Amino acid sequence: MNELFRYVLRLGDLSLILGQRLGEWVGHAPALEEDLGLANIALDLVGQARLLLTYAGELEGRGRSEDDIAFLREHGEYLNAILAEQPNGDFGQSIVRQVLIDAFQLELYERMTSSTDERLAAFAAKSVKEVRYHLRYSGGWLVRLGDGTEESHARVQSALDRLWPYTVELFAEDDLDRLMADRGVAPRLSEVQAAWSARIDEILTAATLSRPKDRPHSWHGKRGQHSEHLGYILAEMQHLQRAYPGARW
Amino acid sequence: MNTPTEVSRQWPLYEVFVRARGGLDHKHVGSLHAADATMAIDHARDLYTRRQEGVSIWVVPSKDITASDPAESDSLFEPARDKIYRHPTFYEIPDEVKTL
Repeated sequence: MNELFRYVLRLGDLSLILGQRLGEWVGHAPALEEDLGLANIALDLVGQARLLLTYAGELEGRGRSEDDIAFLREHGEYLNAILAEQPNGDFGQSIVRQVLIDAFQLELYERMTSSTDERLAAFAAKSVKEVRYHLRYSGGWLVRLGDGTEESHARVQSALDRLWPYTVELFAEDDLDRLMADRGVAPRLSEVQAAWSARIDEILTAATLSRPKDRPHSWHGKRGQHSEHLGYILAEMQHLQRAYPGARW
Repeated sequence: MNTPTEVSRQWPLYEVFVRARGGLDHKHVGSLHAADATMAIDHARDLYTRRQEGVSIWVVPSKDITASDPAESDSLFEPARDKIYRHPTFYEIPDEVKTL
C-alpha cells in the first residue's frame, strides 16, 4: 500500500501546489473577471488535493488527516512535479504553466476513470469535468495572447521556452509510475504523453507559438527533490498551521 | 500599474442571462466585461453560476440592446393603466375547469 500512498501524494501535491500558486493571483489579476476565474480554478485544484490527500492519509493508516498532510510535511516530502511550483511571473507565464498542467491532468484523469482502484476512478470521473473547463480557460487565453499583439506573443513564447523543460518530468516514467500502470491503477505515461503532445500542438498552432525542443532533465520533484521556490510556497502555506497548530475555520 | 477596472474597461460590456433550470426562461442577472463572446461565457460561468445558479447562459453585447427611452414612459406605458379589462380576471371560469 505504501506505493499507492506515494502515487496518490504525487497527484494530490500537483493539484495542491498549483492551486496555492494560482491563489497568489487573487486581488492581483489583470481584470476583476480574471481574478474570479483564476480563483475558481485554484479552488477546484485545492478541492482535488483535499480528496487525494484524505485518501493518502487513509492508505498510510497512521491517522493523518488531509490537513496534517497538506500543512505539516517537510520540503522533501512533497511529490509534485516541479513545473507546478514555478513562479507565476506575468499573467502570460501563469497561463502557459496552466495550459501545460491542465492538458496533462485532462489526459491523465480521462484514462484514470477506468482505474482498478475504485477511489481513484471515482476521483477522476469527478475531476475530469473540472479540468476540462480549466483547459478551455487557459487554452483560450494562450491562443489570445499568442495570436495577439507582438508583445503578448513575445511574452508567452518566452514563458513557453522557459517552462517547457519542466514538462519532461511529467512523463519521465520511474519504478512507481511503472508499477501503477502494471496494476492498472494509472495509465501508461507514454500513452498520456502522446495524447498530451497532440493536444498541446493543436493549441500552440492556434496560438502561433513554436514548440520548444525536449531536453534531458534533471528534475526530481516527483521524488521530493524540489527547486528553491517550493520553500517559499510552503512558508506561506504552512505558516498558520505551524504558528497555531490545529487552527480551524 | 494596471488595476482590474482599467483593463476591464477596455473590454466591451456584455449582458448576462442565466436559465436557472430546464423549462424556465433565461433571466437577466447582470453584466460583465470580456474581450469577446467566448470569454464572456467563461466569465459569466465564473461570476454568475459558481453557486449552481444555472444550467444555461446567454451573453449579449450591451451595445446591441435597444432600450426604450425613459422620457417616453408616459406615452409608452401610461395608456395601459386604465385598460383593466385586458386582465384575464374578467373571464368567468366554468366550474368544470379544475386546474386553471
